[in-house]
Amino acid sequence: MADLSVVFAGVSMKNPVIPASGTFGYGREYDQFYSISRLGGISVKGTTLAPKAGNPPPRIAETPAGMLNSVGLQNGGAKKFLEYELPNLKSKDLAVIANIAGATVEECRQLAELIDGSDVDMIELNISCPNVKQGGAAFGTNCNSAAEVTRAVRGATSKPLMVKLSPNVTSITDIAKAVEAEGADAVSLINTLLGMRIDIKTRRPVLKNNVGGLSGPAVFPIAVRMVWQTANAVSIPVCGMGGIATAEDAVEMMMAGASCIQVGAALFADPFAPLKIIDGLDRWCNENGVKNISEIVGTVRPW
Amino acid sequence: MYKQGKYQIISKKAIAKGIYDMEIYCPEIAVQTECGQFVHISADGFFLRRPISVCAVDKVRGTLRIVFEVRGNGTDKISQLNKGELIDMIAPLGNGFKVFPGKKAVCVGGGIGTPPMLAVAAEYGADATVICGFRSASAVILQDDLKAQGNRTILCTDDGTAGRKGFVTDALKELLETEKPDVIYACGPDVMLRAVASMAKENGISCQVSLEERMGCGVGACLVCACKAVKNGEEYFAHVCKDGPVFPAEEVMF
Ligand SMILES: Cc1cc2nc3c(=O)[nH]c(=O)nc-3n(C[C@H](O)[C@H](O)[C@H](O)COP(=O)(O)OP(=O)(O)OC[C@H]3O[C@@H](n4cnc5c(N)ncnc54)[C@H](O)[C@@H]3O)c2cc1C
Ligand SMILES: Cc1cc2nc3c(=O)[nH]c(=O)nc-3n(C[C@H](O)[C@H](O)[C@H](O)COP(=O)(O)O)c2cc1C
Ligand code: FES
Repeated sequence: MADLSVVFAGVSMKNPVIPASGTFGYGREYDQFYSISRLGGISVKGTTLAPKAGNPPPRIAETPAGMLNSVGLQNGGAKKFLEYELPNLKSKDLAVIANIAGATVEECRQLAELIDGSDVDMIELNISCPNVKQGGAAFGTNCNSAAEVTRAVRGATSKPLMVKLSPNVTSITDIAKAVEAEGADAVSLINTLLGMRIDIKTRRPVLKNNVGGLSGPAVFPIAVRMVWQTANAVSIPVCGMGGIATAEDAVEMMMAGASCIQVGAALFADPFAPLKIIDGLDRWCNENGVKNISEIVGTVRPW
Repeated sequence: MYKQGKYQIISKKAIAKGIYDMEIYCPEIAVQTECGQFVHISADGFFLRRPISVCAVDKVRGTLRIVFEVRGNGTDKISQLNKGELIDMIAPLGNGFKVFPGKKAVCVGGGIGTPPMLAVAAEYGADATVICGFRSASAVILQDDLKAQGNRTILCTDDGTAGRKGFVTDALKELLETEKPDVIYACGPDVMLRAVASMAKENGISCQVSLEERMGCGVGACLVCACKAVKNGEEYFAHVCKDGPVFPAEEVMF
């Protein structure tokens, strides 16, 4: 047995595998397949202050090796998360990451303040949702606004703070540096890439929102590249995601510079994907003489 | 508990043009499956699974039966699986039909909405009247199965090539002039469901409909399968995979 445990921005996890925000709810559903306590952590569905209805359907479109979604942050609001979901998650053995997504800087600050007083292990500030009209990617595609919202949230919480970056930018490293300078303890990337599908029979977009976020294996090479560039540009740790479906993908992402990883869309094809990745990482470490998984982080040898 | 695994197909046949009937051996799933639930099937080479309703459950033999139409590339791929091969599915999923034993039921199936009606009508035997509608005689399915389980059947085709000419809603309207069933079940195109739901309401009969929406996880975690619903006067997005696929008709905003 290799040692898969990691300490990520001060948060201890028994393995580096975390289901990605929005793909795993609050763990209740997948807990009916297997015990979610086997996971390193969970990043819960993006939370807003008030409940949010989300976008009209269809909200999903299939793509080659992936999918588009336009859920639009449907969630029950911070109060429901803290009172109903968090106690259940805290009764399990895994790190709880609260993903927050305010429409304004002030809403993000208030969310952080509320969550600061709870048992949450880490806050993931989502400045990259492509499916909402306000906030979301509007924060994450500009260095000044990314810095401003990070500063406000940093001032409201002493919890480990991870900022989730958008790939829909010219230079993701500039944004990463901007949030690092404002006191972010870590960054996570990538959120979904903006995409579109059209039904050629009806000449209508498949998604009612017209456009949506692309994820799944199709985005994996882009995610690896962005994680590599970002890990080389900042000194805070990186949580890597985007298209990870197998243990080999996870190893590749960690070699690019990710200290831990998240698994999203792959769950829809295989609900057991995170467990297979954990078991596969253990096997891979044993076969390759790696004693502690953290040894491989950032060990790619670029030409 | 949700199950995911590869299960053996023990029979497969085409029952109409482009419509396939498969029986799958999956005892651990069959014991927990209720009529109206669905299975989420992996199609080789496609990223997302395809949701398909349960058409019959045999808890003794440990089998599920599904009947599906080839609509696009994914269902085409699934239709190429043969007897003896394995099918990868997640099941049993969703909330099924609420059954009231001893009561009188009318089941309304439009086209490929018929398979789940077979499952619910099985619970009622002679107490169920099943009204089915198809484009034409070549698309008619499952009539012998319905009769074999003791149901009264009323067959309609759009062009009159089998049964009576016209829509299921015409047949339902006529039936409701002389009979008052306790419950109506329906699955089919939205326009049909809307019409059935409003007739049920006018006649003060409780009605359950099975809905379709594009899905990701199939278990209620990703929130992509939204449908507009209303409860206690409040509109919200329910999720077809977990809150449905069967909904009380009065809660659906068609
Ligand atoms: C709860 C439920 C039960 C169903 N039961 C049956 C059944 O018993 N028999 C049957 O023939 N069909 C059934 N369907 C419809 C069936 O899921 C679709 O026909 C199928 O997904 C189409 O896949 P495709 O690859 O052939 O088509 P494509 O159009 O190529 O599919 C592209 C994408 O859209 C999705 N999609 C397309 N049409 C539908 C649809 N109507 N509903 C949901 N997703 C869709 C696909 O799953 C896929 O992700 C059911 C749908 C739902 C939601
Ligand atoms: C259905 C769906 C919903 C998502 N919702 C959120 C969300 O609420 N907050 C967030 O930060 N990211 C959200 N994401 C993005 C994922 O967390 C992840 O960044 C992205 O999907 C890339 O990873 P993947 O390719 O493994 O899915 C969502 C993704 C999907 C597919
Ligand atoms: S398909 Fe994921 S919530 Fe319904």
